Amino acid sequence: MSELAASSPAAAKKPAREDSPTRRAFRRLLRRKGAVVGLVVVLLFVCMALLADWIAPYNPTEADWSALRGEPTLEHPFGGDELGRDVLSRVIYGARASLFAGVISVLLALAIGIPVGLLSGYAGGVVDGVIMRFTDAMLAVPFLILAIAMAAFLGPSLANAMIAIGVAAAPIFVRLTRAQVQSVKVEDYVEAARAIGNSPARIAFRHILPNIWPALMVQSTLTIASAIIAEASLSFLGLGQQPPEPSWGSMLNAAKDYMSDAPWMAIYPGLSIFLVVLSFNLLGDGLRDALDPRHRD
Amino acid sequence: MSNLLEVRGLTKHFTARTNWFGRPVSFVSAVDDVGFDLAHGETLSLVGESGCGKSTTGRLVLRLIDPTAGSIRFDGRDITRLQGSALRDLRREMQLVFQDPYASLNPRMTVYDILAEPLMLHGLVPPAKRKARVEELLGLVGLRASHARRYPHEFSGGQRQRIGIARALAVEPHLIVCDEAVSALDVSVQAQVLNLLKDLQARLGIAMVFIAHDLAVVRHISQRIAVMYLGRVVEIAPAAELFAKPRHPYTRALLSAIPVPRPNAARQRMILSGDVPSPIDPPAGCRFHTRCPFAVDLCRQKVPQMEQTAAGHSVACHRWRELPEAAPLPVESAGEGAARLARLQARFTEVSH
Repeated sequence: MSELAASSPAAAKKPAREDSPTRRAFRRLLRRKGAVVGLVVVLLFVCMALLADWIAPYNPTEADWSALRGEPTLEHPFGGDELGRDVLSRVIYGARASLFAGVISVLLALAIGIPVGLLSGYAGGVVDGVIMRFTDAMLAVPFLILAIAMAAFLGPSLANAMIAIGVAAAPIFVRLTRAQVQSVKVEDYVEAARAIGNSPARIAFRHILPNIWPALMVQSTLTIASAIIAEASLSFLGLGQQPPEPSWGSMLNAAKDYMSDAPWMAIYPGLSIFLVVLSFNLLGDGLRDALDPRHRD
Repeated sequence: MSNLLEVRGLTKHFTARTNWFGRPVSFVSAVDDVGFDLAHGETLSLVGESGCGKSTTGRLVLRLIDPTAGSIRFDGRDITRLQGSALRDLRREMQLVFQDPYASLNPRMTVYDILAEPLMLHGLVPPAKRKARVEELLGLVGLRASHARRYPHEFSGGQRQRIGIARALAVEPHLIVCDEAVSALDVSVQAQVLNLLKDLQARLGIAMVFIAHDLAVVRHISQRIAVMYLGRVVEIAPAAELFAKPRHPYTRALLSAIPVPRPNAARQRMILSGDVPSPIDPPAGCRFHTRCPFAVDLCRQKVPQMEQTAAGHSVACHRWRELPEAAPLPVESAGEGAARLARLQARFTEVSH
């Protein structure tokens, strides 16, 4: 294929960096249509969130009485909401809350899940038993219910919603990390690392972690999608982003009373959630295929 | 000269099953009362079929797994119970070369990272000189300096095994345990790697424990051979002596299974029947009695002790004195082998043109 033709002379010319497993996986990812579409849409939303100050036509919290539940027009392409605020601007700013909540809460879940999972999988024995029983208990409660309960306990705010989602998602990563560690730690190269004189901590972080990273990446991407839904749900219930700051979930909540009069109030934030979540899922699936060790190019 | 390695009564039981409270109720007796010495710069081979405990013995000696009983003295020091950082310091002295060159190199590290890591861990080479040392190591095992930037997946099996050997050599150990280091390689590559090991050993004076199941390979590389069966050493002797005068019936059976590269060669085969018994419940007395054609009641009751039959030759068999001398193995003379090789090479070039 084109890569083949391109890569062989390039590799000969550019000896600085060799063909690392990460690079090869990225090339495989770019060969998958779904994943590329997902990646592009995700990047678009990320740009939208980052550049909101410049691209949003109006202040998202400023009311314009003439646009009160106004139909989409040239001035307000997505229409106006119940207070006459511009829906397009609110959708653009809402991307911040959603993506931020998705990414931060997954980072939090990783920060908890990876060390605990490494410890559980590498140490085994009683430590593993205690950690896994606790994780099982948390996994027995549905993810969203756990997040809602915790958010309600912490008090309504976007930061607390992120903490709640992150903690609720952590058990998934503990489990995954542990399972991956258990399959990797019996590999010869881990024994070789021990034979060469590495300390247990160095083996865990330097030898095992890079090899389980692909699985964690895939799960993170998919969990970002769930976290975005969770954030929208919490905001819908009033436990996330607080009005008047925009969030897709709270916009849907406001829109539910005007479904027949002003459907655009619900359609655009709903569509945004749908697109972002779908894209993260496509990207996650693509990553899973690209990082699958059975695929070789 | 004092011994580099002295192993006495080495025993390893793995837990096979635990009861409801997590207490072990049955054990796999993987290694049982194994003892041997190894001189500086010497090569001792451990041979035996799968599951006889030879790999476990190698890992016990390296302290990668903890022994149930017995003692290991290395360079005059008792290392049987070393833990933590003392054990990690010991890693400098003894190294392991793995069987599977595809599994033993971390796929996410470059060759440079793999070879520089031991230097860094043990503070052997200052950071500024690491690159030069890595290149030197690569040269030592016949790879190019430019290979350092590559990842393991870019190499063939033989090349990977060379990287594994270079990694073991990086710390300049006194002892290397080669665990079936060539079994996963093609025969032609096997010979290259064996010659490399032999050559390195001669140059660097490293002692080796060479674990293998292929007696032909073992004969090529070792000074002494220990034959293991079901977790025990049944016979230990200098290589030539073992091939000429095998005493233990199991050793004889193994030797008679070596293919002879000459059709119609007259030979005495000794074919064993049955399977290796389970190491969870090993036979009482001599562990080989269930398959031994010479077994008598004594063999079923009493564990045979190691007895010396000649200088450096010991056997654990009650009946070794009474057994008939084994027929010598048909040995290919050097000239004959060379002639055959030349014929093969001629045919190969003919076919490939």
